[in-house]
Amino acid sequence: MAGKEYVCVMKLHSDVPEDKVTKVLDEFQGPLYQRPPVRSSVKRQLRTRTIYYIDFFEMDQRNVLFKVGCEAGTYIRKLCYDVGEVLGCGAHMQELRRTRVGPFVEDKTLVTLHDISYLFSQWQETKDESLLRKFVYPMEKALELMPKINVRDSAVDALCHGAHLTAPGVLSLDSGIKIGDTVAVFTQKGEAVTMSKAFVSSEKMLKMDHGFVAKTQRVLMPRGMYPKMWRKNQ
Amino acid sequence: MQRTNEPWEIKRSLVVKAEEETDMRFGHRPEERPIKEHMRFGIINLDKPAGPSSHEVTAWLKRILSLERAGHGGTLEA
Repeated sequence: MAGKEYVCVMKLHSDVPEDKVTKVLDEFQGPLYQRPPVRSSVKRQLRTRTIYYIDFFEMDQRNVLFKVGCEAGTYIRKLCYDVGEVLGCGAHMQELRRTRVGPFVEDKTLVTLHDISYLFSQWQETKDESLLRKFVYPMEKALELMPKINVRDSAVDALCHGAHLTAPGVLSLDSGIKIGDTVAVFTQKGEAVTMSKAFVSSEKMLKMDHGFVAKTQRVLMPRGMYPKMWRKNQ
Repeated sequence: MQRTNEPWEIKRSLVVKAEEETDMRFGHRPEERPIKEHMRFGIINLDKPAGPSSHEVTAWLKRILSLERAGHGGTLEA
């Protein structure tokens, strides 16, 4: 699941010196036990989540501004509460903005609703498609951080029909894939075909000449984009 | 505690198993997809204002862009 980054304002319930706050925030980096809060959309059982980093920015009286990078499923409201407990003064989350979801960050791809309605109305006047491509990105963008496997044209349509990927279909792949990893399967033109679960490691996949290498879990490409090269009632 | 390596910083390297040409008669490079298909399977990195819910904003966009289907990648559940 996609890693997240947030910018957060935490409100302390009493005055605490800055050096103490930064020290406690540092301690929260690494693996963490969290029970999801009362109002949450998941089962409330204790689970571990990793905080990759907490970067303290500044503190103004009882308001603490910091950036936190963490695993999917980390509750920042809970993190603020727990930081408050460790500090002994209590604290709560005041404000929160998500600044990353997996490959999506606040870069030139980020658009506001105003940008969209402007560009869209420009497109309606001029019918210049490049205006739409300024704010709509190919779905492949969402798969950027996944390990990938590139396959032959002849394997594509079978995958689109839900077949599992077999060794002869593989042309190239990312190193470091482990059994059970979720991988993205692409055509040679860079189009996403499926999201699959690796049956074998990269090393093994390279050496195999037959047999299943990845189990298809999600088909992303519509059927019929590539010719059907597999036999059916023939 | 120390910082942990973020998963989005992982660098990967491609290894080649076999070579083959792709037939240009089928499919398109993602950035050259016909606009209809591009809009159908596209993604927007939206700077959502605080206030309206992800669900509401998705409904607005669906209407503004006159899309058949639209969804969002998850709410900010703090």
